[in-house]
Amino acid sequence: MLHNKTIAELSADLHAGEYSSEHLTRIFLARIEQFNPQLNALVTVTAEQALADARVADARLKAGTAGPLTGIPLVQKDIFCTKGVKTSCGSRMLDNFIAPYDATTVAKLRDAGMVMVGKANMDEFAMGSSNETSFYGPVKNPWDTAAVPGGSSGGSAAAVAARLAPVATGTDTGGSIRQPAALCGITGIKPTYGRVSRYGMIAFASSLDQGGPMARTAEDCALVLRAMSGFDERDSTSVDMPVPDYRATLNDSIQGLKIGLPKEYFGEGLDAQVAQVIDDAIKQYRALGAEVVEISLPNTQLAVPTYYVVAPAECSSNLSRFDGVRFGYRCENPHDLLDLYKRSRGEGFGPEVKRRIMIGTYALSAGYYDAYYIKAQQLRRLISDDFIQAFKQVDVIMGPTSPTVAFNIGEKVADPVTMYLSDIYTIAVNLAGLPGMSIPAGFVGKRPVGLQLIGNYFAEARLLNVAHKYQQATDWHGRVPPGLE
Amino acid sequence: MALSKSDVEKIAHLARLEINDADIPLYANNLTNILSFVEQMSAVDTTGVEPMAHPLAASQRLRPDIVTETNQRELFQSIAPQVEAGLYLVPKVIE
Repeated sequence: MLHNKTIAELSADLHAGEYSSEHLTRIFLARIEQFNPQLNALVTVTAEQALADARVADARLKAGTAGPLTGIPLVQKDIFCTKGVKTSCGSRMLDNFIAPYDATTVAKLRDAGMVMVGKANMDEFAMGSSNETSFYGPVKNPWDTAAVPGGSSGGSAAAVAARLAPVATGTDTGGSIRQPAALCGITGIKPTYGRVSRYGMIAFASSLDQGGPMARTAEDCALVLRAMSGFDERDSTSVDMPVPDYRATLNDSIQGLKIGLPKEYFGEGLDAQVAQVIDDAIKQYRALGAEVVEISLPNTQLAVPTYYVVAPAECSSNLSRFDGVRFGYRCENPHDLLDLYKRSRGEGFGPEVKRRIMIGTYALSAGYYDAYYIKAQQLRRLISDDFIQAFKQVDVIMGPTSPTVAFNIGEKVADPVTMYLSDIYTIAVNLAGLPGMSIPAGFVGKRPVGLQLIGNYFAEARLLNVAHKYQQATDWHGRVPPGLE
Repeated sequence: MALSKSDVEKIAHLARLEINDADIPLYANNLTNILSFVEQMSAVDTTGVEPMAHPLAASQRLRPDIVTETNQRELFQSIAPQVEAGLYLVPKVIE
C-alpha cells in the first residue's frame, strides 16, 4: 500500500526505480477522488499539473539529478499563493483570486521536485480552530466524521491523516499547525518565527504567522522543513541563518534530556483522559533516558487574552488591503466609494473574520490603544520571559497540544471565547516566537491525542530528534483511520 | 463593559465593514464577550515592562537602492474587478 509509506520510504523507492512519480501521483489523485467528497479536505485539485510535474520529476530521477523530495506528492494550504492556481484563503473574498505569483515556500518545494496535487481547505484567513469558518464548509476529521479536524490548517491535517498526500504545508499563528495535527493524529512542526519565509503566505498576524510541514512522522517533517526553510530577502523578518540538515541528527541520543512539564499545562481545563495519555507519553520518555522536571510558566493564563488583542490588531491592519478595488471580491453596483469598500468587505468576509477585524479596529482606535494594544505587548514580553527562564533549566518543554480531543462539528461555533480557549497551550509559543511540535501520543475513544514539544529558539533539529526517538519506540504515528487503510 | 448598537456601528464604519442591522445585536454580544475576556489583562501590573512588538529583537534590514522588480501591471490588473487604460476603476469620487 504505497499511500501508507512515509516520504523517506517513497523517496528510496523512487530512487531505486521501483515505480515512477507519475504512478505514485495517480494513486494519491485516485484517493482524493474517492475520499475527498466526504472529508472536504481539499478545495482545489490540480490533477493535470500534478501529472505534468510528476513526469518532470521522473525525468530528474532518471537523469540522476533528483533530491530526496523529488517526485513526492504534496498538498499546499490554500493560504500560500500558487501562480495560475486559485488561492482562496478559505474566503469568499478570494474565491475568484488566481495568484499572479508563487509564495517562496511553493517555489522552494517545487524546485525540490515535489508534486502539488491540490490545495487544502482552511479556516477563513486562518482565523479559527475547527475549520468551520471556511467559505467552503467544514472539513471532517478522518478518525470520526462527526468531529472537527481542528484549525486553521484542518484541511492539511485531514489530507495527511486520510493519506490523500504524504505531506501538506500548514501555517501557525496561534496553534494552527499543532492543534489540527493533534486532533488528526499526525505530526506537525511550527518553526521559530523567521525560519520559513512568509512571502506569498497571505498575512493574518504578521508578528505571529509562521509556515511549516505537516506529515506522518518527524523524519518526514525534517525532510520537508529543510526544503522550506532559509533566508528570503522578500520577507523583511526572514532570518539569515544556515539551515541544518535536520535528518542528520534525528537519531542523536536523548539520554539525560531534560524535559520540563509546566504545571500550568496540567491544571483545570485539561480533560482527564487526555492527561492520562500525556502521562503515558512522558513515562515513555523516561524509559528512553530523559529526566523530567516540573517547571512553571506563571503567565500562561494571560496568553489567550493577550493573543486576542495582538492578533486581531494585526489582522485589522493586514486585511485592510481587501478593498474591492485591485483584486478579490467586489460588491454589485456600488453607489459610491465608501459603499464599494463597505459592501465588498461586508459581503466578502465571514462572521469570524469580521469579529476579529472589529476587535482589532477597536483596540487600535484613539483612546483605547494604550489600554489594549500596548498592554498586550507588555504581557507578551512577560509571557515570552517565562519561556526564557524555563529554558535555563530544561532542554524541551512538553505537555498536551490541546486540552481535549477533537470536539463535534457545531459544538463551539456559537461561543467564540470557548473556541479561542481550545488553543490555550499553543498560543504562548507564537507570542514568544518559539518552535513547537505536535506528535501523536494515543487516543481517547476514536479520537487522537497530541503531545506538544516546545523548543528554544532555532532548536528545530532538537525537537525533531526528540520526536523521532519517541516514534522509533511507539507506533501511534503509524495508525490509520478506519475505512482509510 | 457592554458595547451598544451604536458602538458596533461606529467600529464597523471605522473598519469599513457593512453589517446588516439584523446582525448587530449578535455582534454586540460577541464583541462584548471577547472584550470582557481580554479584560483580564488589566489585572496585571506592567509598570516598566517594555512592550514587545515582535519575537526577534532585530531591526529591519535595509536593502541596496537598486531596481529589483519589473513592471507587471498587465498581469496584476488581469485579476482586478474593473480596469481601463491601465487604471483601476472605482465609483466617481469628485463630481
